Amino acid sequence: MPQDRSPVLELAGITKSFGGVEALRGVDFALYAGEIHGLVGENGAGKSTLMKIIAGLHPEFSGRFLVDGQETRFRSARDAHAAGIAMVHQELSVAPDLTVAENVFLGNQPTNRLGIVQWRRMAREAGEQLARFGIDVNPMSRLGDLPIGQQQLIEIARVLFSGARIIVLDEPTSALSPPEVERLFATLQRLRDEGTGIVFISHFIEDILRVSDTVTVFRNGRKVAESVAAATTKGALIEAMIGRGGEALEHSYTDDLMLPTSNGGSVVLKAEQLSLARSLREVSFETRSGEVLGIYGFMGCGQQELSRILFGKLTPDSGTLSVDGRPRRFASTADARRAGVALVPESRRAMLFHQEPVYKNISISILERISALLLKPAREREIAKRQVQQLQIRPPVVGLDLGMLSGGNQQKVALAKWLSYPPRLLVLCEPTRGMDVGAKNDVINIVRDLRQRGLAIIVLSTEPETVLSLSDRILVLRRGAVVREFSNEPVSKDRLLAAA
Amino acid sequence: MASGEAVPAAGHRPGRVGPFLRSQMRNIAPFLTLILLTAFFAFASPSFATLDNFGNILTQVSVTGIIAVGLTFVILCAEIDLSVAAIANVTGIAVAYFTLQESYVNIANVPMPGWAAILLALALCALLGLVNAFGLTVIGIPSFIMTLAMMQIAAGISALLVRGQIAYKVPPLVSTLGSTSIGGIPWIVIVAALMLLGGHLVLTYTRFGRYVYMVGGNREAAEYAGLNVKLILGSVMVISAVCAGIGGMLGVAHFGSAQQNEFDTYLLDSIAAVVVGGTSLFGGRGGIGNTIVGLFVLGVLNNGLDHVNIDSFLKILIRGLILLAALVINVYAQRLRERAAD
Repeated sequence: MPQDRSPVLELAGITKSFGGVEALRGVDFALYAGEIHGLVGENGAGKSTLMKIIAGLHPEFSGRFLVDGQETRFRSARDAHAAGIAMVHQELSVAPDLTVAENVFLGNQPTNRLGIVQWRRMAREAGEQLARFGIDVNPMSRLGDLPIGQQQLIEIARVLFSGARIIVLDEPTSALSPPEVERLFATLQRLRDEGTGIVFISHFIEDILRVSDTVTVFRNGRKVAESVAAATTKGALIEAMIGRGGEALEHSYTDDLMLPTSNGGSVVLKAEQLSLARSLREVSFETRSGEVLGIYGFMGCGQQELSRILFGKLTPDSGTLSVDGRPRRFASTADARRAGVALVPESRRAMLFHQEPVYKNISISILERISALLLKPAREREIAKRQVQQLQIRPPVVGLDLGMLSGGNQQKVALAKWLSYPPRLLVLCEPTRGMDVGAKNDVINIVRDLRQRGLAIIVLSTEPETVLSLSDRILVLRRGAVVREFSNEPVSKDRLLAAA
Repeated sequence: MASGEAVPAAGHRPGRVGPFLRSQMRNIAPFLTLILLTAFFAFASPSFATLDNFGNILTQVSVTGIIAVGLTFVILCAEIDLSVAAIANVTGIAVAYFTLQESYVNIANVPMPGWAAILLALALCALLGLVNAFGLTVIGIPSFIMTLAMMQIAAGISALLVRGQIAYKVPPLVSTLGSTSIGGIPWIVIVAALMLLGGHLVLTYTRFGRYVYMVGGNREAAEYAGLNVKLILGSVMVISAVCAGIGGMLGVAHFGSAQQNEFDTYLLDSIAAVVVGGTSLFGGRGGIGNTIVGLFVLGVLNNGLDHVNIDSFLKILIRGLILLAALVINVYAQRLRERAAD
């Protein structure tokens, strides 16, 4: 390891608080050129906060911050960018209305001497870069028209090929398929060999161990361990992360898992021959009360579109839906909600009100049931409090603005809003994406409890673990079509991957 | 479960005065502006700080206030309605059109009983609001453009109805509410106060009001919560048009005549009142309370400038500059709030 050289980036005694509470406490961190530095820790442990400091997004903090041995202070993301630091954020931040090529070159389009953008050159180079990364798209197509997984890859590609010396990747693999992850790792290793310093945050500890040179573990705003990747193990990292013995959590999903026989509940949703443009082809399935139907597939297999059709946000080109035996045609999401369908989309930003208190976020979808005309804030708070307790949302203060909560807790709020008056059918998109082990287990328990109460649940995910740990029956989607159904038979991660 | 430990255990928040003030900047800044302006004019002119003049100010902002009620709903939804003044104008003209005029008024009008004239005028402004709602939600025209077109359409209808003439008579109810007083308080002030109060109650205490804030705060999230976003957006456009219409009818009675382009200055004034008061142009923040403060800022400014004997042409520039300052504060307050929540 290049420990004999001086680090390109060095942080010493970093403390950062939000409203009087410390998110980081005296953290030291060093990154060397030609190093991939893995960061692990549960949600809210302080990883993302530290990375945002590095990327210039949190200008106020205490501690020393050195770039190339020089004490520096970034006042904005622009300063960080000028110093050669680029970051891929956990949540997608692209310009959907620009072309793929413009997104790849966002902020540094090639221009001629007059300052005119050289479109042809830009398109050609963007195409070449993306092709090297294994993405085959027309560089002049609108980015927003692409599936979300490809958008994420393009965002990563933009940062990787921006020429930055220091690259921070916050959960870059959660939306990627295995071959895409492979290509990402190959690219990271090449960049490392060329001398780039890379920080890699992930909940997938195998990924961290595979690709990193050094691993740092965070817990409760402190750095609790740092080690050469080759000298540590998954068990040791998990133990450091959660501060207790981690053997029980290290459950292997390569073992076969036996799916149960049908519980014989009544059919809640029946979808027949759903088709949508290029996204879905004649998808048919039904789901029963008290059953969790998992729908697995790689990014862009049509899951997202399917979930939107079930919730009335997209209208299928053909095919029919029926809920509890009644044919339904949803003109709006309000129709779907009244028919008893609820959706939790994959993006928290898309479904929560960050400037509003927690209780308003929870009560929004059930207001109709608890108030005809006038609001009943006391009742809202009471309902919210019950959910916050049940789901162990932290901090347990329903009057707090949602934006003050950590990501995992926000995700739970997103779930909580459908639980007070549960729907007939709950559609969950990527319910555990970006969550730590503890929060994942919480969500799994919530879903099992809802199934017990007789809901029909559909879980759509690109993470095999999520589908396997939740489902009673599993459909595999590939390129918009159902290619395999697992029911009443053994299933494993390998088998799922093989089917998709 | 260790997640979320990095988050404040709120409730008791030691040393959180700074962020709190910053998050309240939107409400504090307009209020400070109002106090400063009032103090300045009271100091600069002896005739300003009198009870009589306070009454003047109230009367002067009443029509703007009535129009601003509906506009507050629209801006809270992060939309805009540029047709309010034109709709006020056409509604005022319509109510006069359906009233018997003196013989020297050269308008081919259609006299009707007072109640019918009022109902027809209200139906007209509601209809124009529905057209705005239809364009915005069903066709998908941005409200900025849709209401710009409506501004022309309403002005066109006004022109066709009066054909360059001036009408004077309005139904007795309208003329009572618009131009008489009860116990020394002009009816128009009472109507404006009641409508502002009504708007506040709806926004604060009803389910619809909550939906307005939620749609303005994050439209996509509102849709994912299963709210009928289009219905809510459509409703606020109709509310805005009806408020504008009521303001227009009373305004005509207040001014004593109905004619073309009578309300032109009210577009800027009503938008300014809402925004100066601190309601966010990005939606989801603010409310009638803010609008009231904004109305007073505008009222004090307009009235005060008359008292300090200033070049009347300079007044226009000053008003523009104050509006600009308020917009800067509005955008800046949003940023401070976001930082406070960070």
